[in-house]
Amino acid sequence: MAQGWNPGGTSFWKDVWLRLEKNKPAMFGLVVVIIFSAVAIIAPLLSPADPLKTDLSNRLKPPGSPSEICSNGVYILGSDEFGRDILSRILFGARVSLSVGIISQVLVTAIGVTMGALAGYYGGKVDMIIMRIADILFAFPDLLFYIGVMFALGPSIYNVFIALALIGWAGMARLVRSQVLYLREMEYVEAARAQGLSDARIILRHILPNCMGPIIVSVTMGIPGAILAEASLSFLGLGVQPPTPSWGNMIYAARSYMLTNPWYSVWPGIAIMITVFSFNLLGDGLRDALDPRLKR
Amino acid sequence: MIDYIIRRLIFAVPVLLGVSLITFILLNVVPGDPAVEMLGKHADPDAVQKIRNQLGLNDPLYVQFGRFLWNACRGDLGRSFKTGQPVTKMILDTFPTTVKLALSSAFVAVAVGLTVGVISAVKQYSFFDHASMIVALAGISAPIFWVAVVAQLIFGLHLKWLPISGYSTPKHMILPAIVLGIRFAASIARYTRSTFLDVIRQDYIRTARAKGLAERAVIFVHALKNALIPVVTVIGMQISGLLTGSFLTETIFAIPGLGRLSIWALSNRDFPLVQGIVLFTAVIFVIGNLIVDISYAFLDPRVRLH
Repeated sequence: MAQGWNPGGTSFWKDVWLRLEKNKPAMFGLVVVIIFSAVAIIAPLLSPADPLKTDLSNRLKPPGSPSEICSNGVYILGSDEFGRDILSRILFGARVSLSVGIISQVLVTAIGVTMGALAGYYGGKVDMIIMRIADILFAFPDLLFYIGVMFALGPSIYNVFIALALIGWAGMARLVRSQVLYLREMEYVEAARAQGLSDARIILRHILPNCMGPIIVSVTMGIPGAILAEASLSFLGLGVQPPTPSWGNMIYAARSYMLTNPWYSVWPGIAIMITVFSFNLLGDGLRDALDPRLKR
Repeated sequence: MIDYIIRRLIFAVPVLLGVSLITFILLNVVPGDPAVEMLGKHADPDAVQKIRNQLGLNDPLYVQFGRFLWNACRGDLGRSFKTGQPVTKMILDTFPTTVKLALSSAFVAVAVGLTVGVISAVKQYSFFDHASMIVALAGISAPIFWVAVVAQLIFGLHLKWLPISGYSTPKHMILPAIVLGIRFAASIARYTRSTFLDVIRQDYIRTARAKGLAERAVIFVHALKNALIPVVTVIGMQISGLLTGSFLTETIFAIPGLGRLSIWALSNRDFPLVQGIVLFTAVIFVIGNLIVDISYAFLDPRVRLH
């Protein structure tokens, strides 16, 4: 990239975008993520059938079989054990995955950034208490912790959000804390303090904006983790409850019909893989774009 | 070195205390009375009270927690509601199976991951590099239980090479070990590649080349040894994943390990068993991390100073 003196000046975020734009895998990821989000939002318009509508005379049909419940007259991806349209269920399942990914990360960011900023800025006892709690949470293998929480609170998508946030904030807090520890020693922060600004204003206006890069990368990488966790929990019967379609509970249901309709178990897995893969590509690309020093 | 180990051991104590407290709280939030769970919904209230007294459920919570902790320290995690067996025994009976699965997949993961990672780094930007890194990222992105189901479909049902599930012969372990191992091979390969690329840019590698060493000696003796240090950490970081991954894998392949036991305990609402398994696994995890940290300090003396 041509560096040098730039009279117009480009903002930090514009630079980031310019670097990201050149990264083909990341752009591929971004495009798929956008498509995936669009699909989740307009699922009712795209679906050939109601995802809950059953047709017991057409159970477990292979892809391409004629259908009475689909508007186009075919089960494009086949039908499930109740004769429901697998394609429609996958499209609606995207809503579950998207909302789990986004809502859990919003919670993780809200709690994690607050805790991390407090721990890093104030240090001392506050820091010690917050970080010890984080250490304890890190000591749980995460799926096991989710299982424990889901067992305690009962299976539902809201409790999946809670379970993911309860343990996920610790990682975000560690990340933000380390950034704040470094930034609070910077001269411009000292200058802000000398001006008599309040702690809250210094943290919110002067320190946190400079942590945005790592936070964004962490959120982008956290979304696929959350999607996989929800799928695992739903697969174990602890997450989203049938008949609401989720990619995880579809794979769980499909396992029993591996002989009759092997495709049934393949599709939801492909949906998870493509989504998570794209978020990972985007996350890798953002990390490189936000911190060009790491770029090889 | 001894100092470092002692420091780490002391540090683990509050973590373990916190872990037991959280486990205890989680299981006390569960709706429903354990005594009713044990006796059934239509049990005689007097009998329920008797059981509650027996189990100490009428004591204040802090007394219950103290007792739970004291018993746990002595290796007594209570008795299963459903089988009446000691929880510790049920855990220890199934745990070796999980360890066997975890170790065989760790072997697959390290062997495949290191090989692919080193080749990718040495032949950076080659077709092999691009292809294997895409496959590795796909491997990280696919949910393990789905990979397991697809592997059963292809190798068990379609090709009929390997048994689909069960645990009677060593042959039964091949598919689960590969399924679980490949997922971690993917992250090890990605990590090995990036650290290896760092290392081969170092001055001492240039020196080794300049003094006329064979490329093979440069790669295997000088570069690999140094590239391995961070890889040990990443393997350590996978212990959690390996444990939870084996939970899912066991469930799918019907392997009678700790994972399957925990799913059984969950579906039977067997409180003490769930509590025991969560605590046991967390303790194993803490110990595993401790071992990784110590071996890391052993490999890289700089760590001990921090």
